[in-house]
Parts: sequence; structure tokens; C-alpha cells
Amino acid sequence: MAEATFEVFRGDRDGGKPATYRVPIAPGMVVLDALHHIQAHQAPDLAVRWNCKAGKCGSCSAEVNGRPRLTCKTRMDALPLDKPITVQPMKAFPVIKDLVTDVSWNYRVNKKIPPFEPRPGTDWKMYQDDVDRVQEFRKCIECFLCQNVCHVLREHEQMEQFGGPRFFVRVAGLEMHPLDSKSRTRMLKDELGIGLCNITKCCTEVCPEEIHITDNAIIPLKERVVDEFYDPVLMLVRKIRGAK
Amino acid sequence: MTTDFETHDHDVLIIGAGGAGLSAALGALAQGAKVGVVCKSLLGKAHTVMAEGGIAAAMANVDSADDWRTHFRDTMRGGKMLNNWRMAQLHAQEAPERVRELEQWGALFDRTQDGQILQRAFGGHTFRRLCHVGDRTGLEMIRTLQDRGVQLGIDVYMECAITRLLKDGDRVAGAFGYWREQGRFVVFRAKSIVMATGGIGKAWKITSNSWEYTGDGMALAYGAGAELMDMEFVQFHPTGMVWPPGVQGILVTEAVRGEGGVLRNKLGERFMEKYDPKKMELSTRDVVARAIYTEVREGRGTEHGGAYLDISQKPADYVKKKLPSMYHQFKELADVDITKGPMEVGPTCHYMMGGIRVDAETAKASVAGLFAAGEAAAGLHGANRLGGNSLSDLLVFGRRAGLSAAEHAAKISNTVSDSGLIEEAAREMLAPFERKDGESPYTIHRDLQETMQNLVGIFRNKEDLLRALEELEKLKERTGRQSVEGSRLFNPGWHLAQDLKAMLTVSEAVTRSALAREESRGAHSRIDHPGLDAAWGSKNNVIVREGSAMTLRQSPVPELPSELKQLVADEK
Repeated sequence: MAEATFEVFRGDRDGGKPATYRVPIAPGMVVLDALHHIQAHQAPDLAVRWNCKAGKCGSCSAEVNGRPRLTCKTRMDALPLDKPITVQPMKAFPVIKDLVTDVSWNYRVNKKIPPFEPRPGTDWKMYQDDVDRVQEFRKCIECFLCQNVCHVLREHEQMEQFGGPRFFVRVAGLEMHPLDSKSRTRMLKDELGIGLCNITKCCTEVCPEEIHITDNAIIPLKERVVDEFYDPVLMLVRKIRGAK
Repeated sequence: MTTDFETHDHDVLIIGAGGAGLSAALGALAQGAKVGVVCKSLLGKAHTVMAEGGIAAAMANVDSADDWRTHFRDTMRGGKMLNNWRMAQLHAQEAPERVRELEQWGALFDRTQDGQILQRAFGGHTFRRLCHVGDRTGLEMIRTLQDRGVQLGIDVYMECAITRLLKDGDRVAGAFGYWREQGRFVVFRAKSIVMATGGIGKAWKITSNSWEYTGDGMALAYGAGAELMDMEFVQFHPTGMVWPPGVQGILVTEAVRGEGGVLRNKLGERFMEKYDPKKMELSTRDVVARAIYTEVREGRGTEHGGAYLDISQKPADYVKKKLPSMYHQFKELADVDITKGPMEVGPTCHYMMGGIRVDAETAKASVAGLFAAGEAAAGLHGANRLGGNSLSDLLVFGRRAGLSAAEHAAKISNTVSDSGLIEEAAREMLAPFERKDGESPYTIHRDLQETMQNLVGIFRNKEDLLRALEELEKLKERTGRQSVEGSRLFNPGWHLAQDLKAMLTVSEAVTRSALAREESRGAHSRIDHPGLDAAWGSKNNVIVREGSAMTLRQSPVPELPSELKQLVADEK
């Protein structure tokens, strides 16, 4: 039976290094299958997060041959097998152990976002055309791969000033909800730091749900922020009226 | 030994953070209780996230003739009349309001032309009844519930697992567990505990269930003296993926058939004509699963031992719009374009109808202070669950469990947990580290899955079930000798060693109940007792612990009031 060689990061917050494993290949096998095989036969304490194994829960994110991927959707037959396949934890988050990282920062950011607030007196009628574009944002499975590749977080570690693509998608889903009445533009500007994004589209490229994060979420939200806070005509009007 | 552990206090502790657990949390929170939710995975990754087809609720947005009575009748008939009628009634009556509530909390369902929530057809439902969001309804539901819960202030203990319930006399008073991350112990003191831990599918080899589905809640409740009921009724979903090997068992939503998908064998025959000519592909899951299994066994299966499921007669754009995740799943994992050709599908262990026995109105278990909802609880679905009735179950009975748990908590002044039990639970957890050269939990798990798959599967007989009991006994002994490598830091082998105990308990309960029920009803098929037996139609199997022995007895199915009896009997 054909075999593949894996170099899987083993370690914890104090550091670590890749360990080598050889795994037999079966038809249609994905990288997560190989990690499970390693657990069952070679390293029972190899730490991996996973749940659905069907691309629906977003638990098994890692970097395979340097590419941020869901390991349950990364087919072995799409990878070159003449050299070892490397599997590393997501780089933007602190390692807990092996492929498991501390993603709790994301949950803290999420908590800050004001929830859906329906328009008073609505009759709850909504039409598919209006719902369509918001449903795209709600496909997000929170794999945090977009957060992982965003250079504002990955290289510059601006966790305190910046919410990251995942939460721009979440805010877009709320802001563009046909019946929502709350404005989150000030928060986008001040707390989520949307201005720091310089639309390199790295997030869009890695999204396993193929959400058009940059074009459909971030850019329209940036426009809202600009309209509200930086439009010269409106600024003048506000100045004349003495508003803030 | 003095065990180190941290302690947290709550009025209501909820174990499990899927649809049922989060609904319970919101219910308890609305009563002013201090609520904690414990979950084995990260928040939002529970099994609910994988639910695809929809939420069954008689809203009558598409078929105006629908109402709760028809939903009630469909549920009772689907469950082969073994359901708790009061649960089926409450469920049918309250589901529409729960769906509207989700919408008011921000969920965005697919819409009808006139702007209402769209509903689709599903197996066993007389009318188009499933409120849905393409084929990712569960994701929409869990996000809506979790965001609301977090916003309103529930405490969530993520990646934390419970291994023991603690009692104060006869009353449940807390729980002992461990943090998966650091392996440290934790004790929760609580006045009420809600079990919302889902099902048991990980005890079978071919399953749509994730690693979390190890029957923890049922085993914990059983350990604390609570009754389990209907444990023989394990649903094999008719359509799981069969090829390639790595994806075997992954769910193919019933919505494929709801949207017009057709089943054929390798000869091209639309074989459901033989098994249920009236409802065809939209027959109930037990019937369709047995039909596919039979076609394969009799040599009419596909290349990889399944049946063909074809939706490619519908326009490609329609398929991609209504079944987007199926389209991607097959394209990426099986190299099949479902808009152009058929999928290969076969039965996969999917859902547990049985579970913790509860009171219909209050979701109370048979031990004081303990409540259960969702898949962990028994009663609503009887011998077979209809598709779409699970998500509505989570909303209706999750909320009810949360409300009554908070009410119960308000009456309790303080709780005392037994420190002796804590020491014992901690010792038991650490034992596999101290044994050297014992067996790996992975090997034992694999053998358990083989046993349940081969001996306690879709078709059962006395001989197999007796053998299964012997095998389970051996497996239990082996778990007493298992050892684990490495440290307590995020150690999946160690975690599996704990989960195995729960899996073995529920597997034994399933096997004993299946052995006792000498008839075929709903999801339980005995080759040696192929027909329905009227006498068994009025009995539920109940499992309870006596000393260290598992005992089984029968309890009468609650009788329907005459107006509901008439409703179920009406031809339609």
C-alpha cells in the first residue's frame, strides 16, 4: 500500500518541533483521516480539534504545506506525495498543544458586537432577494482561517485594535439584515478598527465557505464608515448645525 | 490523595451546548437564574451545526391546511405510536412559536414569494413543513442561539467534559469534570442540572455523528440513578456517503429527497415502489434505510455497496441554491457533481430516539434536580423520528427544561456535594496514566464500533444480541486495563478513555432493550420477530441501575385521550 510521510508539529506554548509519521493512503483520504490514523496507531496524545469531518463545523483548521486549510477538506491526492506533508497549527493564535491553538480571543471580540435589534413594529415580512446577500455572511462556520491569514493579526498582532475579517462578516450580516435598526459603524471604526484593513483579500482566498469577505462585507462596511465619519459635505453640515 | 480542583456555582448547570442546551440556557436565564453551560467542544461546534434539512413546525405558510393536529398525527404515526403523546402534542403546538422566536432573535430563513418563512417537504410529513435555510439550517439555528445566550450573559465553559454527577442525598447537586485543555479537574455546584448532551452514534462504525456523541448524558444520568427509556430505538439515516472510505457515514441530507431526489438500484429500478409505493422516497427513515440495506444485501447495490440518489434531473442552479453544501461536499470529497449525476448513499447511524426518561411538561428526569432535553431525552419520537422533528424538539423541550430547571433551583437553598465522590472520580480518571503497557483506548473503541455495527445494527436477532452482550462484557474488562501515554495537557487518548465508559454503558442499554423487544417496530427490526406485536405496542422498555447491575423492565405507554386517539386514527 502506498504511504505518505507527514511532518506534524508536536509541542506546546514553550515550543516544539515537527515529528515524522508514515501513514498508509486510502482512496479519497483527507489530511484529517491521516491525523486520526496517527492518533490511533502512533501518537495517541496528538492534539487535534475536529467535529463534523464534513466541512460544516470549522474545527479542524491548520496549515497544510504552509496553506491554511480545513484538514477535513484537504484531499491527499491533491498534495504532492514525493516529499513530506507538513501540518502546522494556525500561526496567528498561541499554541496550546500540537495543532490546537488558543482561539478564545475571537470569542471575546464577538461578545462586543451589539446584537440584532429589530425595527419597532415590524411585520416580519422579508423577501428572498433581500435575504440572499445577508445569508452569504451567515454561512460562516467560524474556522478562523481568515483571522489566521490576515496580516493585521498574523504579522502585526493588532488584536487589541482590530476585529478581523470574521467579525466584519458578522457585523455585515447584522448591518445588512433587512429588519435591523441598530448602527454599528462607530464601533467598526473605533473598536473593530476596520480602517486597518488594506483589502489584500487574503481572507477571501482562504474562506472554505467561499464568502466574498472583502468585496461583499469589508468594502461596503468601510464605505458606511467613510459616509458617516469622513464625508466632507456631511462634516460641514454637522459643523454648521453644531452636532458632534 | 487530596484532589486539586476549581469550583463554580450556578443555579442551573447545563451540560451540552447544542440547540437543546442553548435553548435551555435561554429559558433558565429568562427566569433570572445564574446559568452555566459546559461543552466538550468550542461553542458553536455542537452537532446542531451539522443539521441540514430544517425545523418542522406547522406554520402553514406554504400548505395552508397544515396545523398542529396534522403534525401531531404525523409524529405519532412515524413513531409507531410508542411516543409519549403529551410530548408530541406540546411539540406540535409550540414549534411554530419557537421558530418565530428564532426569527425575532435574528435568524434568516429562506422566504416564500409573499415574504414569509419558506417550508419544504420531508419524509413522513403530510404537508410541506420544514422551515429551512438552504441545507444549513442547523448552523443558522446554533449561531442565533449562541449569540443571544452570550449577549444575555450565560457563562460558557468550553472544552470541558463532565465525568460524574454529584449528589446531595437523593438530589443531583453538581458535576465533576475536567478541562480538556490543561487536564485540570473542575467541580460545578448546581441546584438543577440539564442534560443536553445529544446522542450515542460514536459507538457504531458507520455514523454521521462527531466524536462528541458518546452518550455521556445518558450514562451520567444512569449512573446517578435516573431511568433510561426506549434505548433499542437507534435511527439509521438512509442516506450517508459510502465512498470514498474516509467519508463513509457522512450525512446526505433528506432535503435531497425533499427537493425531488430519486433512489435507484444498480439495475436502474426505482426500488421504493416495492417498499412504500405511496410515499416512495419520502417514506419514513426506518423504511427507506431498510429498503436500501435490503437492495444491497440482495445484490442490487452500487459498486461501493449503496444505492444511487439522483437530483440531477433538476436544473443545476436550483440544486446549487437549495443544496449548496451537498453540492460542495460531493464535489470536494467524492469527485461527484450532483447536478450532473447520482450520488452513492447507504444507511448511517444517525440519531437516538431513546434516552433519559422525562416528564412531558417539565423535562424532569426520575432523579430530583435532573432534567433532560433534545436527543439525550426519550419520549417525543417513539420508535422512529421524522426528519425535521429534531431541531423543533431542541427548541421546544430545551426551553421547557430550562424553565423548569430554573423553577426548581429557586426552591433550593444550598447544595452540598460529596467530597468522597470527587476523590473517587479523580482517582478513576487518573488510573490510565498509572498503568503501563495497557491497551490503547483507540483499539478498544474500534472493537466496540465493530461489535455494535455488526451485531446491533439495522437488522437484529437474538443470537447476535446475546453475542453482543458477551462482547460488551469483555470490552468493559478491557477498559479497566487501558493505559494512556503523554501528559494531561490536551490529550485525546486520555479523553477517549473517559468517553469509552459512557459508550459502553449506553451500548449495553441498547443491546438489552433490543433483546427484550421481540417484535419489529420503527427503527428496531428483529429478523427473528419480523412483525409488529400489539402487546409490545403498549410497552416502553425502561433501564435503571440497581447496585452495579443494569436492570430492565417494561412500563405502559401513556394512553392517549380519546380526542387525540380519534385524530391519529383518522384516515388522511
